[in-house]
Amino acid sequence: MPDLGYMIAAVMIAGLITVLLRALPFAILKPLRKSKLVKRLGQWMPMGILLILAVVVLQGEIQARPQQLWIVAVATAVTVLVHLLAGRRALLSIFAGTGVYVLLLYIF
Amino acid sequence: MTEKSTLGAARAGFIDSLGVGLGIFPLGIALGVLTVQAGLPWWLTPALSIVVFAGSVELLLVSMIAASTPLITIAATVLAVNFRHVFYPLSFPISVVRPGLARAYSVYAMIDEAYATYVLLPRAQNSSARMLTGQVFMQAYWVLGGLVGVALASMLPEPIEGFEFALCAVFIVMTLDAARSKNEIPSAVLAGLAVSAAMLLAPGAELLTALIIFTALLTARYLWERRRDLRAPGDIETAESSGRSGEEEPRA
Repeated sequence: MPDLGYMIAAVMIAGLITVLLRALPFAILKPLRKSKLVKRLGQWMPMGILLILAVVVLQGEIQARPQQLWIVAVATAVTVLVHLLAGRRALLSIFAGTGVYVLLLYIF
Repeated sequence: MTEKSTLGAARAGFIDSLGVGLGIFPLGIALGVLTVQAGLPWWLTPALSIVVFAGSVELLLVSMIAASTPLITIAATVLAVNFRHVFYPLSFPISVVRPGLARAYSVYAMIDEAYATYVLLPRAQNSSARMLTGQVFMQAYWVLGGLVGVALASMLPEPIEGFEFALCAVFIVMTLDAARSKNEIPSAVLAGLAVSAAMLLAPGAELLTALIIFTALLTARYLWERRRDLRAPGDIETAESSGRSGEEEPRA
C-alpha cells in the first residue's frame, strides 16, 4: 500500500486543482460580464455543451460494452421517445431509459 | 423569502437531484468497490468524494494512487481531465445563489450533472435554496454510494450493471430540452461538428477537445455576426426577422 503522506498529498493536490478550475473562471469573468463576446458565448454554450456531454458519455458507454451497441441504441431511443411523448418529464424519461438498459443488460 | 417557500424550493431541489442520483449513486458504489479491490484504505473513497468531488477523475485517481503514480503526473492528469470546467462559468447560473458560503459551495460542487440540471432552468423557477439543495443531494449520493461500495466490496456477488446509463439519459434529456427553439440550431450544428472532429482527432480526450473546438467555432460565429451587423447596420432587424420566418415557413 502507498504510504499515508503520499495518499493525502495526492488527494489534496487533485482537490486543489479541481476547485481552482471551477472557481478561477468565475473570478476572471467578473470584470468581463459586460463583454459582448462573453455574453453571446454564455447564451450559445448550454445547448452545445449539453450535446457534447451526451455524445461523449454515450460513446464511453459504447466503448465499455462494444458487444451491446444495440442495447445502448434501444435505451437511448426509449429515453428520447418517453421524453418527447410523455410530456418532457425529465425524471420519468431518465428512469425509463435506465430501466430498459439495466433490464436488457441483465437478460442478454 | 418566507420559510414555506424556502421549504418548497428545497423540495424542488431534492426532486432535481433524483434523476441524476440514479446515475451518481451506483457510480459511487463502483468507486468504493474499486478502492477496496485496489488494496487501498476505505477512507480514501469519502476523502476523494469530499475533497475532489469530480466523478470520473476520482475513479482514475484510485488506480493512479494504487500504482504509486508520481504526484506531478497526478496533477497533470487532474488538470487535463477537469479542465472542461473552465467552460461552465460562462453559462452556469451562479448569480442565483446567495453570495458567501452558499455560493462558494455551489462553485465547488459544480459537477457536470449540476451544470446540466441548472443551466436551463428558467430564472423565475430557480432559487438559491433550490440549487444548493440539489447540489448537496448530488454530493450526498456520491459520498454515500462510495461508503456502500466500500462495505459491499468484501461480500460482493455479481453486481447489477448498467445504472451508469442514467448519466447518459440525463444529458440526452437536457439536450432535448435545450433544443426546443430554432435559434439553437447553429449551436447544435457547431457542437456536432466539434464533437465529431474531437472523436477523430483526439480519442481519449474527446470532451476537452470538443469543448475547445466548440468555443473556437462560437467565437468565429460571434466575429462573423459582428461583421455582418457592421456592414448593414440598418438591415439587422429585417434580416433577422425575415431569416427567422423563412425558417419557420416549412413547418406552418
